[in-house]
Amino acid sequence: MNLLRHAGLVAGKDLRVEMRSRVATNQVAPFAVLVLVLFAFALDPDRGVLVRAAAGLFWVAVLFSALLAVQRSQSIDAADGVPDALRLAALDPAAVFLGKAAALAVQLLALELLLGIGVVVLYGVDVAGVGTLAVTCLVATAGVAAAGTVYGVLAAGLRVRDTLLPLLLLPVLAPVLIAATRASEAALLGGAVDVAAADWIRLLGVFAIAYVAFGALAYGSLLEDV
Amino acid sequence: MSAGRRGAASVGTTVLGITALVGVGVTVGLGLALPDTREQGEYARLIAVHPPIAWVAYVAVGVTALGSALWLWPRTRSSAWDVLAGASAEIAVVFTALTLVTGSIWGRATWGVWWAWDARLTLTAVLLVMELGYLALRRVPAPRSVRATRAAIAALLAAVVVPVNHMAVDWWRTLHQGRSLVRPDPGEAADPPFVAAMLVGFVAMTLVYAWMLWHRTRVANLEEQLEHEGLRAALAERHAEGRAQIEAEVAAR
Repeated sequence: MNLLRHAGLVAGKDLRVEMRSRVATNQVAPFAVLVLVLFAFALDPDRGVLVRAAAGLFWVAVLFSALLAVQRSQSIDAADGVPDALRLAALDPAAVFLGKAAALAVQLLALELLLGIGVVVLYGVDVAGVGTLAVTCLVATAGVAAAGTVYGVLAAGLRVRDTLLPLLLLPVLAPVLIAATRASEAALLGGAVDVAAADWIRLLGVFAIAYVAFGALAYGSLLEDV
Repeated sequence: MSAGRRGAASVGTTVLGITALVGVGVTVGLGLALPDTREQGEYARLIAVHPPIAWVAYVAVGVTALGSALWLWPRTRSSAWDVLAGASAEIAVVFTALTLVTGSIWGRATWGVWWAWDARLTLTAVLLVMELGYLALRRVPAPRSVRATRAAIAALLAAVVVPVNHMAVDWWRTLHQGRSLVRPDPGEAADPPFVAAMLVGFVAMTLVYAWMLWHRTRVANLEEQLEHEGLRAALAERHAEGRAQIEAEVAAR
């Protein structure tokens, strides 16, 4: 129980920092929308192509924005003596991991809501299965946040972190991109596509559980040397 | 052992190297001697090299993960495990890339395309990029223990791809054929000459891997030694300079 309470404290700290600094709202969110607009430019204003590719474009935009959010999540812990403060607070590393991942997940979910509205408005997509889409977003975001937090701390504090993180993180998130896109296609296009959303959501769930478990176990040895 | 002797191959590595070379020769001979098949023509002979190369890629990733786990475990922590993991990862990159190349050639001949986005090909490509990310992480300027710990965690995460990739042909509907060695359905097993060529290939490629790993680890250790000795030599030089200066000053008085 203590673990969850401590995780809540860390998540609260991260979210408060984001609320006050407004980097997520003033920089990451506009960037995400910009990516959506750029896809529309690249793919021609032909609505047919955009509607068919909407699910994939949505998740690519989420992944690119997630990179920025992960970098941000680690950089707020690198400044102002936060590493020492965290160590002195004697928090369980697993709680720090869960808290940071939860804060990241909350930000990503807000971003996905914004991008979802963008896809509906800009690409003219009708959402057939809102429930399926919501579940897909929840499970996929848990995986992205957990994996992002693990790889974020792997690259943290290094001089080359900005270029290293995408190389490390994006291949790992490729399965999430594939599964989330297939599940979202089923939700967006309804019966028009022959995919079983449930199987892909299950795959997303396995990914999320694996990374949450691994992160909670491994975070301690990574925090030691940051 | 003298300093000059350390750089050269030992009897063990020479024997291993020659055996590996002979093994590769036998594999090539057996592979080329295989008859054409009705479906694939002469391209079926790739069975002698493609599965063994993929196998070595898996083994190399596995050894990297093992070395990484032994580095992370506090009781077995030793820089030797980190060196082993790094050496094996470099070989893993070479063999994963070769797997994709030989597979691509085979795919062009049997499926008509160089590349298909099925589960096994996609996962192998993901594995290759993850290995490259691991090597990039190893080259980062940071203290040894920091770098080794981070690389070890990245290696463990990359190793997860291997069992998933192995089972991928059963879990998803793929263009790639089923598993080569352990078939769920014995009825679709390949002809004995093909199996024999493939098995010899497995042994030969594993020997090549062991030989490369041995030498790469040795080179890595020598590099480290050179670094230490270079530092020691530079220190000794500075000491000697200082001593000469003091002696000159004393003599002048």
